[in-house]
Amino acid sequence: MKRYYVMGLFSNFEEAFATIADIRMHEVPGVSVDDVTLKSPIEHPEIEEILGDRGSPVPKCGLFGAIFGATFGFLFLSAAQATFLVQPQGGKAVITLPANIVLSYEMLILFGVLSTVAGFVISARLMTKRHPLYSEKVSLDQIGVMLELDEKNVNPVKDLFKKHKVLEIREEVSK
Amino acid sequence: MQTKDINENIAWAKINKDVLRSMENPRASYWVAIAACIAMVSCAVLAEIYQYQVGMGPSNLNWPHMWDLYIATFVFWIGMSHSGTLLSAILHIIQADWRKPIYRFAEAMTTFSLMTAGLFPIIHLGRVWNMYWVLPYVSDRGIWPNFRSPLVWDAFAITTYLTSSALFLFIGMIPDLAICRDNARGWRQKLYTVLSLGWQGDDRQWRNFRKIYLLMACFLIPLAVSVHSIVSADFAMSIMPGWHVTTFPPYFVAGALYSGCAAIITLFIILRYFFRFDEYMTIPILEKTCKLTFAIAMVWTYLNIIEFLSTWYGHDVVAKELLLSKFDGPYAPFFWMMLFCGSVMPFALAFEKLRRHLPTMFVVSLFLNLGMWLERWMIVTPTLSLSYHPFAWDVMWPSMVQWAIVFGSFGWFGLLFLIFVKVFPSVSMYEVKEMVYHRRHFHADDIAIEYHRRSNDPKPGSEPRTEGA
Repeated sequence: MKRYYVMGLFSNFEEAFATIADIRMHEVPGVSVDDVTLKSPIEHPEIEEILGDRGSPVPKCGLFGAIFGATFGFLFLSAAQATFLVQPQGGKAVITLPANIVLSYEMLILFGVLSTVAGFVISARLMTKRHPLYSEKVSLDQIGVMLELDEKNVNPVKDLFKKHKVLEIREEVSK
Repeated sequence: MQTKDINENIAWAKINKDVLRSMENPRASYWVAIAACIAMVSCAVLAEIYQYQVGMGPSNLNWPHMWDLYIATFVFWIGMSHSGTLLSAILHIIQADWRKPIYRFAEAMTTFSLMTAGLFPIIHLGRVWNMYWVLPYVSDRGIWPNFRSPLVWDAFAITTYLTSSALFLFIGMIPDLAICRDNARGWRQKLYTVLSLGWQGDDRQWRNFRKIYLLMACFLIPLAVSVHSIVSADFAMSIMPGWHVTTFPPYFVAGALYSGCAAIITLFIILRYFFRFDEYMTIPILEKTCKLTFAIAMVWTYLNIIEFLSTWYGHDVVAKELLLSKFDGPYAPFFWMMLFCGSVMPFALAFEKLRRHLPTMFVVSLFLNLGMWLERWMIVTPTLSLSYHPFAWDVMWPSMVQWAIVFGSFGWFGLLFLIFVKVFPSVSMYEVKEMVYHRRHFHADDIAIEYHRRSNDPKPGSEPRTEGA
């Protein structure tokens, strides 16, 4: 079944948000706000009020990486120090807690950062092919509202865009 | 007199155009600066080759002076790296949006300072080829680094800091790299296409971007504090007079923030002048940076006084003798110069007229940097000159080899920075757009509502707005 992608480019957030508000109010039957992707040159501070809280797994990735880093760091150092058993320690501790805490702390941060970055790249779907409807105007000063639709909804959505003073409409069909 | 941090009526397209323009067509002065930096680096390379060939003798590094300019300059560059963390991470968390036009080059400074600092322990080793011994790897000999030594902590901390700050710089640049990709041609387009990682500016990407930026800021702040605390532990964990001091970690962190801020003022003025960033790097933003620097300078001064008083009223005779020798010994001119540059000169930042005068601020910031470099030298060398063993007392002056390598490190930093500002945007375009948008739509409305006196005035927000116009 063919899927249609339609993107309207707006000159400001107000018109784009008004369009999304109409979609939320089911002005076009069969199209919901979950089908909307907003493209913009900046992140609007109130975007979650418009699109709803869509969540992000990045903090969990950071937490996982930090816990892993601290645990791995401490165990790695302790394992390395345990090989010192064959060497004379002169009465000093084999596994030195103060030093290991400092180094585990560094590992906590290092793995926390690496894991956060990995989580970001995956959850933001970076390093994937750009969508054919991407417009360079979005990186300049225009706001794009993109919807994934069935064929029957394409024209009503275009009419909705026109009602909100859309500057340009782009369309793409996927098989 | 300009009072706004930024003109909220700047069109977004103009922001793109101005910043992208700064990356094109280098002027003759740019190539002169590049040539000067390469000449400085060449001095250092020649000195290092000489030192490598004949050993550490020409550097004058010999017991008891096993540390000198190399380690002092290493600490200086590590300190300089705190600029990006302060401006980017701390001010981001407290939502001080005036940082937005100037944080990018401060973050770049962080990364390049660390890349410069990391060279010094390697150069200082003498046996450069053995530098990998500090890394914890499994070897057939079963030998591990001494994890109890703060020098090994340094290796861990600086590697972590360099990795994290480089990623922080890169992640923060992704939306701008997408703008560059959309406007570039040739090799630049290929480079930006790869580096922008397919950024399209959709709500999923922005949502995750906001989270990662905040999280990385949260990771970087304790990391920056720990890095300079660990660098201070290189000294404080020893029993040497003048080094075995409890206040060393906060003293080092304050000194680091101080030198970072001073360097930001220097580069702010240079970039504003050469790239004509008058509309973004505005005088009110410079004023705020100066006030911040002044506050940190006073903290640094306070910690100095605390250190002097605790030694003066303490019972460590050797440490007291060392303190007195700093006041009137062979290194006294440098010590007093450090105090003048670090504690007296910052008072110039307290006067509004001086703060708004760019040439004055440029000169003052150079003096502050000089003071911060002297501080590190005055920590390292006098202690080794006048330690516990009277037979080892002497005065040591760095050789030309050391001076050449230190001199070259400034060229190396300058070279990296000059390449950066021509290849990558030195002002964050999307953040400046956010700043402009926020001030136009929210801040302006708040002020308008607050001062809305007459009933026949148009209501705030009644006029049509456009983002790009």
